[in-house]
Amino acid sequence: MSDPIARESYSDEFLLEILKSTRIIAMVGASPNWNRPSFFAMKYLQAKGFRVIPVNPAAAGQEILGEKVYGSLKDIPVKIDMVDIFRRSDAVPPIVDDAIAIGARTIWMQLGVRHDEAASKAERAGLKVVMNRCVKIEFGRLSGELSWSGINSGLISAKRRRLIA
Amino acid sequence: MSESKKNDPFGFETRAIHAGAVPDAVTGARNVPIYQTNAYVFDDVDHAASLFNLQTFGYIYTRLTNPTVAALEERVASLEGGRGAVACASGHAAQLLAFFALMEPGDEFLASRNLYGGSITQFVHSFKKFDWRVHLVDPRDPENFRKALTPKCKAIFAEQLTNPSAVVVDLEAIATIAHEAGIPLIVDNTIPTPYLCRPLEWGADIVTHSMTKFLGGHGTSMGGVVVESGKFDWGASGKFPSMTAPDPAYHGLTFYETFGDFGYTMKTRAVGLRDLGPALSPFNAFMILTGIESLPVRMERHIENAQKIAVFLEAHPSVTWVSYPGLKSSPFHDLAKKYMPKGAGSVFTFGVKGGYEAGIKTVEACNLFSHLANVGDTRSLILHPASTTHRQLTDEQRLAAGAGPEVVRLSIGLETAEDLMRDLDLALAAGQRK
Repeated sequence: MSDPIARESYSDEFLLEILKSTRIIAMVGASPNWNRPSFFAMKYLQAKGFRVIPVNPAAAGQEILGEKVYGSLKDIPVKIDMVDIFRRSDAVPPIVDDAIAIGARTIWMQLGVRHDEAASKAERAGLKVVMNRCVKIEFGRLSGELSWSGINSGLISAKRRRLIA
Repeated sequence: MSESKKNDPFGFETRAIHAGAVPDAVTGARNVPIYQTNAYVFDDVDHAASLFNLQTFGYIYTRLTNPTVAALEERVASLEGGRGAVACASGHAAQLLAFFALMEPGDEFLASRNLYGGSITQFVHSFKKFDWRVHLVDPRDPENFRKALTPKCKAIFAEQLTNPSAVVVDLEAIATIAHEAGIPLIVDNTIPTPYLCRPLEWGADIVTHSMTKFLGGHGTSMGGVVVESGKFDWGASGKFPSMTAPDPAYHGLTFYETFGDFGYTMKTRAVGLRDLGPALSPFNAFMILTGIESLPVRMERHIENAQKIAVFLEAHPSVTWVSYPGLKSSPFHDLAKKYMPKGAGSVFTFGVKGGYEAGIKTVEACNLFSHLANVGDTRSLILHPASTTHRQLTDEQRLAAGAGPEVVRLSIGLETAEDLMRDLDLALAAGQRK
Protein backbone atom coordinates (compact mmCIF):
# COMPACT_ATOMS: atom_id res chain seq x y z
CA MET A 1 0.00 0.00 0.00
CA SER A 2 1.29 3.41 -0.87
CA ASP A 3 2.13 5.82 1.89
CA PRO A 4 0.85 9.22 0.75
CA ILE A 5 1.14 10.96 4.09
CA ALA A 6 4.37 9.52 5.40
CA ARG A 7 5.99 11.81 7.89
CA GLU A 8 9.21 13.23 6.56
CA SER A 9 12.01 13.05 9.05
CA TYR A 10 12.24 16.60 10.41
CA SER A 11 13.82 16.67 13.86
CA ASP A 12 11.77 17.93 16.79
CA GLU A 13 14.45 20.59 17.36
CA PHE A 14 14.12 21.88 13.79
CA LEU A 15 10.33 22.18 14.05
CA LEU A 16 10.47 23.75 17.53
CA GLU A 17 12.96 26.35 16.34
CA ILE A 18 10.58 27.30 13.50
CA LEU A 19 7.53 27.49 15.76
CA LYS A 20 9.33 29.52 18.41
CA SER A 21 10.66 32.06 15.91
CA THR A 22 7.32 32.50 14.10
CA ARG A 23 4.77 35.14 15.11
CA ILE A 24 2.94 36.03 11.88
CA ILE A 25 1.73 33.34 9.49
CA ALA A 26 0.27 33.92 6.04
CA MET A 27 -2.15 31.05 5.36
CA VAL A 28 -2.53 30.53 1.61
CA GLY A 29 -5.76 28.72 0.78
CA ALA A 30 -7.46 29.69 4.05
CA SER A 31 -11.16 28.87 3.86
CA PRO A 32 -14.05 30.80 5.44
CA ASN A 33 -15.95 27.49 5.97
CA TRP A 34 -15.80 26.44 9.61
CA ASN A 35 -15.47 22.72 8.88
CA ARG A 36 -12.46 22.99 6.53
CA PRO A 37 -9.02 21.93 7.80
CA SER A 38 -7.50 25.39 7.19
CA PHE A 39 -10.18 27.02 9.36
CA PHE A 40 -9.36 24.50 12.13
CA ALA A 41 -5.67 25.29 11.91
CA MET A 42 -6.18 29.07 11.78
CA LYS A 43 -8.46 29.09 14.79
CA TYR A 44 -6.09 26.91 16.79
CA LEU A 45 -2.99 28.90 15.91
CA GLN A 46 -4.75 32.17 16.80
CA ALA A 47 -5.60 30.71 20.20
CA LYS A 48 -1.91 29.87 20.67
CA GLY A 49 -0.86 33.49 20.11
CA PHE A 50 0.04 33.48 16.42
CA ARG A 51 -1.34 36.12 14.10
CA VAL A 52 -2.68 34.33 11.02
CA ILE A 53 -3.37 36.33 7.86
CA PRO A 54 -5.56 34.53 5.32
CA VAL A 55 -4.69 34.57 1.61
CA ASN A 56 -7.38 33.46 -0.82
CA PRO A 57 -8.15 35.28 -4.11
CA ALA A 58 -11.72 33.94 -4.10
CA ALA A 59 -12.40 35.51 -0.70
CA ALA A 60 -10.22 38.64 -0.99
CA GLY A 61 -11.61 41.55 0.99
CA GLN A 62 -13.74 39.32 3.25
CA GLU A 63 -12.83 38.50 6.84
CA ILE A 64 -11.97 35.10 8.32
CA LEU A 65 -11.80 34.84 12.13
CA GLY A 66 -11.39 38.60 12.43
CA GLU A 67 -8.56 38.90 9.86
CA LYS A 68 -8.87 40.54 6.45
CA VAL A 69 -8.37 38.13 3.54
CA TYR A 70 -5.74 39.14 0.95
CA GLY A 71 -5.69 38.15 -2.71
CA SER A 72 -1.97 37.37 -2.76
CA LEU A 73 1.06 37.26 -0.48
CA LYS A 74 2.41 40.43 -2.13
CA ASP A 75 -0.67 42.42 -1.04
CA ILE A 76 -0.05 41.84 2.69
CA PRO A 77 1.21 45.07 4.30
CA VAL A 78 3.02 43.43 7.28
CA LYS A 79 6.16 41.29 7.45
CA ILE A 80 5.39 37.56 7.27
CA ASP A 81 7.45 34.94 9.16
CA MET A 82 5.88 31.81 7.72
CA VAL A 83 3.88 31.00 4.60
CA ASP A 84 1.58 28.05 5.34
CA ILE A 85 0.24 26.41 2.16
CA PHE A 86 -3.20 24.79 2.04
CA ARG A 87 -3.23 24.23 -1.73
CA ARG A 88 -2.70 21.37 -4.16
CA SER A 89 0.95 20.43 -4.64
CA ASP A 90 1.00 21.68 -8.25
CA ALA A 91 -0.07 25.16 -7.08
CA VAL A 92 3.02 25.47 -4.85
CA PRO A 93 5.79 26.97 -7.12
CA PRO A 94 4.33 30.49 -7.66
CA ILE A 95 3.44 30.69 -3.95
CA VAL A 96 7.04 29.86 -3.07
CA ASP A 97 8.26 32.56 -5.51
CA ASP A 98 6.06 35.12 -3.77
CA ALA A 99 7.16 33.92 -0.33
CA ILE A 100 10.80 34.43 -1.29
CA ALA A 101 9.97 37.86 -2.73
CA ILE A 102 8.27 39.09 0.47
CA GLY A 103 11.12 37.88 2.68
CA ALA A 104 9.34 35.07 4.55
CA ARG A 105 11.65 32.85 6.58
CA THR A 106 9.71 29.57 6.46
CA ILE A 107 7.62 27.71 3.89
CA TRP A 108 5.29 25.17 5.46
CA MET A 109 3.29 22.82 3.21
CA GLN A 110 0.32 21.12 4.80
CA LEU A 111 -0.55 17.40 4.97
CA GLY A 112 -0.55 15.94 1.47
CA VAL A 113 1.21 18.98 0.00
CA ARG A 114 4.69 18.37 -1.36
CA HIS A 115 6.77 19.94 -4.11
CA ASP A 116 10.44 18.96 -3.94
CA GLU A 117 11.62 21.36 -6.66
CA ALA A 118 9.96 24.41 -5.12
CA ALA A 119 11.29 23.32 -1.71
CA SER A 120 14.85 23.21 -3.02
CA LYS A 121 14.44 26.65 -4.55
CA ALA A 122 13.22 28.05 -1.23
CA GLU A 123 16.07 26.40 0.65
CA ARG A 124 18.61 27.89 -1.79
CA ALA A 125 17.08 31.30 -1.04
CA GLY A 126 17.74 30.68 2.69
CA LEU A 127 14.24 29.70 3.77
CA LYS A 128 13.43 26.76 6.00
CA VAL A 129 11.00 24.28 4.43
CA VAL A 130 8.60 21.75 5.94
CA MET A 131 6.42 19.60 3.68
CA ASN A 132 3.49 17.28 4.22
CA ARG A 133 2.92 18.28 7.84
CA CYS A 134 0.24 20.29 9.62
CA VAL A 135 1.37 23.30 11.68
CA LYS A 136 -1.47 22.74 14.14
CA ILE A 137 -0.69 19.06 14.55
CA GLU A 138 3.04 19.66 15.01
CA PHE A 139 2.47 22.47 17.50
CA GLY A 140 0.03 20.20 19.34
CA ARG A 141 2.44 17.28 19.26
CA LEU A 142 5.43 19.22 20.55
CA SER A 143 3.42 21.02 23.24
CA GLY A 144 1.86 17.75 24.45
CA GLU A 145 -1.68 18.70 23.48
CA LEU A 146 -1.90 16.15 20.67
CA SER A 147 -1.29 13.43 23.27
CA TRP A 148 -4.58 14.42 24.89
CA SER A 149 -6.29 12.68 21.98
CA GLY A 150 -4.28 9.48 22.34
CA ILE A 151 -1.90 10.31 19.50
CA ASN A 152 1.65 9.00 19.68
CA SER A 153 3.84 12.11 20.06
CA GLY A 154 7.11 10.20 20.16
CA LEU A 155 8.12 12.37 23.12
CA ILE A 156 9.99 10.60 25.92
CA SER A 157 11.35 12.63 28.83
CA ALA A 158 11.67 12.57 32.61
CA LYS A 159 11.76 16.38 32.66
CA ARG A 160 8.70 18.44 33.41
CA ARG A 161 6.78 19.13 30.19
CA ARG A 162 7.58 22.62 28.83
CA LEU A 163 4.96 24.67 27.10
CA ILE A 164 5.96 26.33 23.81
CA ALA A 165 6.23 30.07 24.54
CA MET B 1 21.20 -1.20 17.70
CA SER B 2 19.08 -3.63 19.71
CA GLU B 3 16.00 -5.22 18.14
CA SER B 4 13.66 -3.34 20.48
CA LYS B 5 14.83 0.02 19.04
CA LYS B 6 14.11 -0.87 15.43
CA ASN B 7 11.64 1.90 14.58
CA ASP B 8 12.03 4.33 17.43
CA PRO B 9 14.90 6.22 19.05
CA PHE B 10 13.88 4.67 22.39
CA GLY B 11 13.70 0.95 23.12
CA PHE B 12 10.57 -1.02 23.92
CA GLU B 13 11.34 -1.35 27.62
CA THR B 14 11.92 2.41 27.94
CA ARG B 15 8.68 3.23 26.15
CA ALA B 16 6.73 0.71 28.27
CA ILE B 17 7.58 2.96 31.23
CA HIS B 18 7.82 6.45 29.74
CA ALA B 19 5.62 6.74 26.63
CA GLY B 20 2.64 9.01 27.29
CA ALA B 21 3.98 9.96 30.70
CA VAL B 22 6.09 13.11 30.41
CA PRO B 23 5.82 14.68 33.91
CA ASP B 24 3.03 17.20 34.31
CA ALA B 25 4.03 20.79 33.39
CA VAL B 26 2.42 22.34 36.46
CA THR B 27 2.76 19.86 39.31
CA GLY B 28 5.74 17.81 38.13
CA ALA B 29 3.88 14.66 39.24
CA ARG B 30 6.16 11.78 38.28
CA ASN B 31 3.48 9.09 37.96
CA VAL B 32 0.44 9.64 35.77
CA PRO B 33 -2.22 10.88 38.22
CA ILE B 34 -5.72 9.38 38.30
CA TYR B 35 -7.88 12.17 36.89
CA GLN B 36 -11.11 11.01 38.46
CA THR B 37 -13.35 13.68 36.97
CA ASN B 38 -16.33 13.59 34.64
CA ALA B 39 -15.78 16.97 33.01
CA TYR B 40 -13.36 19.88 32.46
CA VAL B 41 -14.01 23.61 32.67
CA PHE B 42 -14.08 25.77 29.53
CA ASP B 43 -12.25 29.12 29.35
CA ASP B 44 -15.29 30.70 27.68
CA VAL B 45 -18.05 29.87 25.23
CA ASP B 46 -15.75 30.25 22.22
CA HIS B 47 -13.23 27.79 23.74
CA ALA B 48 -16.08 25.34 24.35
CA ALA B 49 -17.23 25.71 20.75
CA SER B 50 -13.69 25.09 19.44
CA LEU B 51 -13.45 21.94 21.55
CA PHE B 52 -16.80 20.57 20.42
CA ASN B 53 -15.89 21.32 16.79
CA LEU B 54 -12.55 19.48 17.26
CA GLN B 55 -10.78 22.70 16.22
CA THR B 56 -8.60 22.69 19.30
CA PHE B 57 -7.16 19.90 21.43
CA GLY B 58 -8.54 19.61 24.92
CA TYR B 59 -10.78 17.83 27.33
CA ILE B 60 -14.56 18.07 27.43
CA TYR B 61 -16.00 14.98 29.06
CA THR B 62 -14.42 11.72 30.22
CA ARG B 63 -16.61 9.62 27.90
CA LEU B 64 -14.43 11.12 25.10
CA THR B 65 -11.06 11.88 26.63
CA ASN B 66 -9.39 11.85 30.04
CA PRO B 67 -5.75 12.62 30.87
CA THR B 68 -5.09 9.27 32.60
CA VAL B 69 -6.74 7.36 29.75
CA ALA B 70 -4.85 9.46 27.16
CA ALA B 71 -1.50 8.55 28.74
CA LEU B 72 -2.43 4.88 28.38
CA GLU B 73 -3.55 5.37 24.78
CA GLU B 74 -0.29 7.01 23.80
CA ARG B 75 1.71 4.31 25.58
CA VAL B 76 -0.02 1.45 23.75
CA ALA B 77 0.20 3.33 20.43
CA SER B 78 3.94 3.72 21.00
CA LEU B 79 4.50 0.07 21.92
CA GLU B 80 2.57 -1.16 18.86
CA GLY B 81 4.41 1.29 16.59
CA GLY B 82 1.10 3.03 15.84
CA ARG B 83 0.08 6.62 15.18
CA GLY B 84 -2.71 6.84 17.74
CA ALA B 85 -5.03 4.82 19.93
CA VAL B 86 -8.47 4.91 21.51
CA ALA B 87 -8.95 3.10 24.80
CA CYS B 88 -12.33 1.74 25.89
CA ALA B 89 -14.03 -0.37 28.50
CA SER B 90 -13.14 -3.87 27.26
CA GLY B 91 -11.68 -5.87 24.41
CA HIS B 92 -15.18 -6.49 23.10
CA ALA B 93 -15.82 -2.74 23.07
CA ALA B 94 -12.54 -2.32 21.15
CA GLN B 95 -13.74 -4.72 18.45
CA LEU B 96 -17.06 -2.91 18.18
CA LEU B 97 -15.31 0.48 17.90
CA ALA B 98 -12.76 -0.84 15.40
CA PHE B 99 -15.56 -1.80 13.00
CA PHE B 100 -17.87 1.10 13.78
CA ALA B 101 -15.64 3.61 11.96
CA LEU B 102 -15.50 1.40 8.85
CA MET B 103 -18.85 -0.27 8.35
CA GLU B 104 -22.16 0.87 6.88
CA PRO B 105 -25.39 -1.11 7.11
CA GLY B 106 -25.23 -3.94 4.58
CA ASP B 107 -21.42 -4.17 4.71
CA GLU B 108 -19.52 -7.39 5.26
CA PHE B 109 -16.14 -8.46 6.61
CA LEU B 110 -14.00 -11.57 6.82
CA ALA B 111 -12.85 -12.99 10.12
CA SER B 112 -10.60 -15.89 10.99
CA ARG B 113 -12.76 -18.71 12.33
CA ASN B 114 -10.21 -19.25 15.10
CA LEU B 115 -11.29 -16.61 17.59
CA TYR B 116 -12.25 -16.28 21.21
CA GLY B 117 -15.77 -17.80 21.40
CA GLY B 118 -17.28 -14.53 22.61
CA SER B 119 -15.91 -12.76 19.54
CA ILE B 120 -17.54 -15.28 17.21
CA THR B 121 -20.84 -14.67 19.01
CA GLN B 122 -20.36 -10.89 18.81
CA PHE B 123 -19.56 -11.00 15.10
CA VAL B 124 -22.11 -13.62 14.01
CA HIS B 125 -25.10 -12.61 16.10
CA SER B 126 -24.82 -9.15 17.67
CA PHE B 127 -23.20 -7.41 14.68
CA LYS B 128 -26.18 -8.62 12.63
CA LYS B 129 -28.27 -6.01 14.47
CA PHE B 130 -26.19 -3.31 12.71
CA ASP B 131 -26.77 -5.20 9.45
CA TRP B 132 -23.09 -6.15 9.35
CA ARG B 133 -22.33 -9.64 8.10
CA VAL B 134 -19.22 -11.72 8.87
CA HIS B 135 -17.80 -14.57 6.81
CA LEU B 136 -15.68 -16.94 8.94
CA VAL B 137 -12.56 -18.26 7.23
CA ASP B 138 -10.05 -21.01 8.04
CA PRO B 139 -6.91 -18.87 8.58
CA ARG B 140 -4.37 -21.65 8.14
CA ASP B 141 -4.16 -20.95 4.41
CA PRO B 142 -4.12 -17.16 3.78
CA GLU B 143 -5.55 -17.75 0.28
CA ASN B 144 -8.82 -18.75 1.96
CA PHE B 145 -9.33 -15.07 2.73
CA ARG B 146 -8.89 -14.08 -0.91
CA LYS B 147 -11.41 -16.74 -1.97
CA ALA B 148 -13.99 -15.51 0.58
CA LEU B 149 -13.78 -11.80 -0.34
CA THR B 150 -16.97 -10.13 -1.56
CA PRO B 151 -17.38 -6.62 -3.02
CA LYS B 152 -19.08 -5.56 0.23
CA CYS B 153 -16.16 -6.65 2.46
CA LYS B 154 -14.67 -3.70 4.37
CA ALA B 155 -12.04 -5.43 6.51
CA ILE B 156 -10.28 -8.67 7.39
CA PHE B 157 -10.07 -9.53 11.08
CA ALA B 158 -7.81 -12.10 12.73
CA GLU B 159 -6.42 -12.92 16.16
CA GLN B 160 -2.72 -13.54 16.37
CA LEU B 161 -1.98 -16.57 18.59
CA THR B 162 -5.65 -17.46 18.54
CA ASN B 163 -7.59 -18.11 21.70
CA PRO B 164 -7.65 -20.91 22.76
CA SER B 165 -5.56 -23.07 20.44
CA ALA B 166 -2.63 -20.71 19.67
CA VAL B 167 -2.85 -20.81 15.87
CA VAL B 168 -0.25 -18.46 14.38
CA VAL B 169 -1.68 -16.59 11.41
CA ASP B 170 0.49 -15.46 8.50
CA LEU B 171 -0.01 -11.73 8.97
CA GLU B 172 2.16 -10.61 6.08
CA ALA B 173 0.31 -12.76 3.54
CA ILE B 174 -3.13 -11.80 4.85
CA ALA B 175 -2.21 -8.09 4.88
CA THR B 176 -1.24 -8.31 1.21
CA ILE B 177 -4.60 -9.89 0.35
CA ALA B 178 -6.46 -7.19 2.31
CA HIS B 179 -4.52 -4.36 0.66
CA GLU B 180 -5.03 -5.77 -2.83
CA ALA B 181 -8.75 -5.57 -2.05
CA GLY B 182 -8.37 -1.98 -0.78
CA ILE B 183 -9.40 -2.86 2.77
CA PRO B 184 -7.56 -2.82 6.11
CA LEU B 185 -6.36 -5.80 8.14
CA ILE B 186 -7.42 -5.67 11.79
CA VAL B 187 -5.44 -7.91 14.17
CA ASP B 188 -6.30 -8.67 17.76
CA ASN B 189 -2.91 -8.81 19.47
CA THR B 190 -4.13 -9.53 23.00
CA ILE B 191 -2.27 -12.80 23.53
CA PRO B 192 1.16 -12.00 22.05
CA THR B 193 1.20 -8.37 23.30
CA PRO B 194 3.44 -5.95 21.37
CA TYR B 195 6.40 -7.33 23.32
CA LEU B 196 6.22 -10.60 21.35
CA CYS B 197 4.57 -9.49 18.08
CA ARG B 198 3.83 -6.14 16.45
CA PRO B 199 1.27 -6.74 13.69
CA LEU B 200 1.60 -3.19 12.30
CA GLU B 201 5.21 -4.03 11.34
CA TRP B 202 3.86 -6.91 9.22
CA GLY B 203 1.32 -4.82 7.33
CA ALA B 204 -1.71 -4.83 9.64
CA ASP B 205 -3.51 -1.47 9.70
CA ILE B 206 -5.41 -1.63 12.97
CA VAL B 207 -4.66 -3.53 16.18
CA THR B 208 -7.14 -4.30 18.94
CA HIS B 209 -6.47 -5.51 22.48
CA SER B 210 -8.26 -6.70 25.48
CA MET B 211 -5.98 -4.82 27.89
CA THR B 212 -7.73 -6.85 30.60
CA LYS B 213 -5.20 -9.56 29.77
CA PHE B 214 -1.40 -9.31 29.57
CA LEU B 215 -1.15 -5.51 29.22
CA GLY B 216 -2.85 -4.94 32.58
CA GLY B 217 -1.42 -8.29 33.51
CA HIS B 218 -2.68 -8.75 37.05
CA GLY B 219 -6.30 -9.81 36.59
CA THR B 220 -7.65 -6.63 38.17
CA SER B 221 -8.89 -4.24 35.49
CA MET B 222 -10.98 -4.44 32.33
CA GLY B 223 -9.93 -2.38 29.33
CA GLY B 224 -9.70 -2.42 25.55
CA VAL B 225 -7.86 -0.40 22.92
CA VAL B 226 -7.88 0.24 19.16
CA VAL B 227 -4.54 1.26 17.62
CA GLU B 228 -4.17 2.80 14.17
CA SER B 229 -1.02 2.45 12.04
CA GLY B 230 -1.58 5.76 10.24
CA LYS B 231 -0.54 4.10 6.98
CA PHE B 232 -3.81 2.99 5.41
CA ASP B 233 -4.79 5.20 2.48
CA TRP B 234 -8.53 5.66 3.00
CA GLY B 235 -8.69 8.04 0.04
CA ALA B 236 -7.10 5.70 -2.51
CA SER B 237 -9.24 2.80 -1.31
CA GLY B 238 -12.48 4.63 -2.13
CA LYS B 239 -14.45 2.17 0.00
CA PHE B 240 -14.77 4.23 3.16
CA PRO B 241 -17.14 7.19 2.86
CA SER B 242 -17.17 7.35 6.66
CA MET B 243 -13.51 8.43 6.49
CA THR B 244 -13.42 10.46 3.28
CA ALA B 245 -16.86 12.09 2.92
CA PRO B 246 -18.35 14.85 5.10
CA ASP B 247 -19.73 13.15 8.22
CA PRO B 248 -23.35 14.00 9.06
CA ALA B 249 -22.66 12.75 12.62
CA TYR B 250 -20.08 15.53 12.92
CA HIS B 251 -21.47 18.64 11.18
CA GLY B 252 -19.97 17.67 7.84
CA LEU B 253 -16.40 17.20 9.04
CA THR B 254 -14.23 15.02 6.78
CA PHE B 255 -12.05 13.02 9.15
CA TYR B 256 -9.32 11.78 6.80
CA GLU B 257 -8.77 15.18 5.18
CA THR B 258 -8.80 17.05 8.51
CA PHE B 259 -6.71 14.71 10.64
CA GLY B 260 -4.66 12.85 8.03
CA ASP B 261 -2.82 9.85 9.36
CA PHE B 262 -4.74 9.79 12.64
CA GLY B 263 -8.16 10.41 11.07
CA TYR B 264 -9.34 6.90 11.95
CA THR B 265 -8.38 7.41 15.59
CA MET B 266 -10.26 10.72 15.71
CA LYS B 267 -13.30 9.21 14.01
CA THR B 268 -13.30 6.23 16.36
CA ARG B 269 -13.21 8.55 19.35
CA ALA B 270 -15.37 11.47 18.23
CA VAL B 271 -18.14 9.33 16.74
CA GLY B 272 -17.71 5.71 17.92
CA LEU B 273 -16.78 6.29 21.56
CA ARG B 274 -19.08 9.32 21.78
CA ASP B 275 -22.18 7.55 20.45
CA LEU B 276 -21.68 3.98 21.65
CA GLY B 277 -20.34 5.10 25.02
CA PRO B 278 -17.93 2.37 26.25
CA ALA B 279 -15.46 4.73 27.95
CA LEU B 280 -12.59 3.36 30.05
CA SER B 281 -12.55 4.37 33.71
CA PRO B 282 -9.53 6.52 34.66
CA PHE B 283 -8.82 4.19 37.59
CA ASN B 284 -8.64 1.16 35.29
CA ALA B 285 -6.40 3.16 32.94
CA PHE B 286 -4.06 3.84 35.87
CA MET B 287 -3.98 0.15 36.82
CA ILE B 288 -3.23 -0.88 33.23
CA LEU B 289 -0.55 1.83 32.84
CA THR B 290 1.15 0.46 35.93
CA GLY B 291 0.85 -3.08 34.58
CA ILE B 292 2.43 -2.16 31.24
CA GLU B 293 5.54 -0.80 32.98
CA SER B 294 6.54 -4.38 33.81
CA LEU B 295 5.20 -5.98 30.59
CA PRO B 296 8.64 -6.88 29.15
CA VAL B 297 9.87 -8.68 32.29
CA ARG B 298 6.53 -10.35 32.88
CA MET B 299 6.33 -11.64 29.30
CA GLU B 300 9.83 -13.09 29.58
CA ARG B 301 8.71 -15.22 32.55
CA HIS B 302 5.34 -16.06 30.95
CA ILE B 303 7.01 -17.52 27.86
CA GLU B 304 9.77 -19.27 29.84
CA ASN B 305 7.19 -20.99 32.07
CA ALA B 306 4.87 -21.76 29.14
CA GLN B 307 7.65 -23.47 27.20
CA LYS B 308 8.54 -25.64 30.25
CA ILE B 309 4.91 -26.61 30.88
CA ALA B 310 4.31 -27.39 27.19
CA VAL B 311 7.35 -29.70 27.07
CA PHE B 312 6.21 -31.37 30.32
CA LEU B 313 2.69 -31.96 29.01
CA GLU B 314 3.84 -33.27 25.63
CA ALA B 315 5.69 -36.07 27.44
CA HIS B 316 2.80 -36.82 29.83
CA PRO B 317 1.03 -40.19 29.35
CA SER B 318 -2.46 -38.73 30.02
CA VAL B 319 -2.06 -36.02 27.37
CA THR B 320 -2.93 -36.83 23.74
CA TRP B 321 -1.58 -33.63 22.14
CA VAL B 322 -0.31 -30.15 23.00
CA SER B 323 -1.03 -27.15 20.74
CA TYR B 324 1.82 -24.78 21.54
CA PRO B 325 3.71 -23.12 18.69
CA GLY B 326 6.87 -23.08 20.81
CA LEU B 327 7.04 -26.87 20.37
CA LYS B 328 8.73 -28.35 17.29
CA SER B 329 5.70 -30.66 16.91
CA SER B 330 3.44 -27.66 16.25
CA PRO B 331 2.46 -27.01 12.62
CA PHE B 332 2.83 -23.31 13.51
CA HIS B 333 6.38 -23.57 14.85
CA ASP B 334 8.00 -21.91 11.82
CA LEU B 335 5.41 -19.11 11.65
CA ALA B 336 5.87 -18.52 15.37
CA LYS B 337 9.62 -18.16 14.87
CA LYS B 338 8.94 -15.55 12.19
CA TYR B 339 6.30 -13.49 13.96
CA MET B 340 7.25 -14.12 17.61
CA PRO B 341 10.95 -14.92 17.78
CA LYS B 342 11.11 -14.30 21.53
CA GLY B 343 8.41 -16.86 22.34
CA ALA B 344 4.93 -18.03 21.44
CA GLY B 345 2.98 -16.56 24.34
CA SER B 346 1.62 -18.44 27.33
CA VAL B 347 -1.95 -19.35 26.37
CA PHE B 348 -2.40 -22.74 24.75
CA THR B 349 -4.43 -25.93 24.77
CA PHE B 350 -3.86 -29.62 25.21
CA GLY B 351 -6.00 -32.74 24.83
CA VAL B 352 -6.77 -34.98 27.78
CA LYS B 353 -7.06 -38.73 27.27
CA GLY B 354 -10.68 -39.63 27.99
CA GLY B 355 -12.50 -36.72 26.31
CA TYR B 356 -15.13 -34.40 27.78
CA GLU B 357 -15.47 -36.07 31.23
CA ALA B 358 -11.71 -36.40 31.77
CA GLY B 359 -11.23 -32.79 30.63
CA ILE B 360 -13.74 -31.47 33.14
CA LYS B 361 -12.35 -33.62 35.97
CA THR B 362 -8.79 -32.49 35.29
CA VAL B 363 -9.77 -28.82 35.40
CA GLU B 364 -11.73 -29.27 38.63
CA ALA B 365 -8.90 -31.21 40.30
CA CYS B 366 -6.33 -28.40 40.03
CA ASN B 367 -5.31 -26.75 43.27
CA LEU B 368 -2.86 -24.06 42.13
CA PHE B 369 -4.29 -23.30 38.66
CA SER B 370 -7.37 -21.09 39.04
CA HIS B 371 -10.47 -22.37 37.27
CA LEU B 372 -11.88 -19.25 35.62
CA ALA B 373 -12.61 -17.53 32.31
CA ASN B 374 -9.69 -15.19 31.77
CA VAL B 375 -6.16 -15.25 30.38
CA GLY B 376 -3.07 -13.13 30.92
CA ASP B 377 -2.85 -12.97 34.70
CA THR B 378 0.21 -13.28 36.96
CA ARG B 379 -1.62 -16.39 38.21
CA SER B 380 -1.87 -19.57 36.16
CA LEU B 381 -5.37 -20.22 34.88
CA ILE B 382 -7.18 -23.30 33.58
CA LEU B 383 -10.43 -23.74 31.70
CA HIS B 384 -12.46 -26.29 29.76
CA PRO B 385 -13.55 -24.17 26.74
CA ALA B 386 -16.26 -26.54 25.45
CA SER B 387 -18.26 -26.15 28.67
CA THR B 388 -17.51 -22.45 29.26
CA THR B 389 -16.05 -19.80 26.89
CA HIS B 390 -17.07 -21.66 23.73
CA ARG B 391 -20.30 -23.12 25.16
CA GLN B 392 -22.65 -20.95 23.03
CA LEU B 393 -21.17 -22.21 19.76
CA THR B 394 -22.40 -25.10 17.64
CA ASP B 395 -20.40 -28.36 17.81
CA GLU B 396 -18.99 -27.58 14.38
CA GLN B 397 -17.94 -24.03 15.37
CA ARG B 398 -16.36 -25.39 18.56
CA LEU B 399 -14.25 -27.91 16.67
CA ALA B 400 -13.27 -25.27 14.09
CA ALA B 401 -12.25 -22.87 16.87
CA GLY B 402 -10.07 -25.53 18.50
CA ALA B 403 -12.39 -26.04 21.46
CA GLY B 404 -13.37 -29.69 21.10
CA PRO B 405 -14.63 -31.85 24.01
CA GLU B 406 -11.21 -33.05 25.28
CA VAL B 407 -9.56 -29.64 25.08
CA VAL B 408 -8.16 -27.89 28.17
CA ARG B 409 -6.89 -24.30 27.97
CA LEU B 410 -4.05 -22.97 30.08
CA SER B 411 -2.83 -19.45 30.68
CA ILE B 412 0.56 -19.88 32.28
CA GLY B 413 1.40 -17.37 34.98
CA LEU B 414 4.53 -16.31 36.77
CA GLU B 415 4.65 -18.91 39.56
CA THR B 416 7.48 -21.41 40.09
CA ALA B 417 7.35 -23.70 37.04
CA GLU B 418 7.89 -26.86 39.09
CA ASP B 419 4.86 -26.06 41.25
CA LEU B 420 2.71 -25.69 38.14
CA MET B 421 3.90 -29.01 36.72
CA ARG B 422 3.20 -30.79 39.99
CA ASP B 423 -0.31 -29.33 40.11
CA LEU B 424 -1.06 -30.44 36.55
CA ASP B 425 0.42 -33.88 37.17
CA LEU B 426 -1.89 -34.44 40.16
CA ALA B 427 -4.91 -33.06 38.29
CA LEU B 428 -4.26 -35.23 35.22
CA ALA B 429 -4.06 -38.29 37.48
CA ALA B 430 -7.39 -37.33 39.06
CA GLY B 431 -8.89 -36.79 35.60
CA GLN B 432 -8.11 -40.37 34.58
CA ARG B 433 -9.79 -41.95 37.66
CA LYS B 434 -13.10 -43.63 36.84
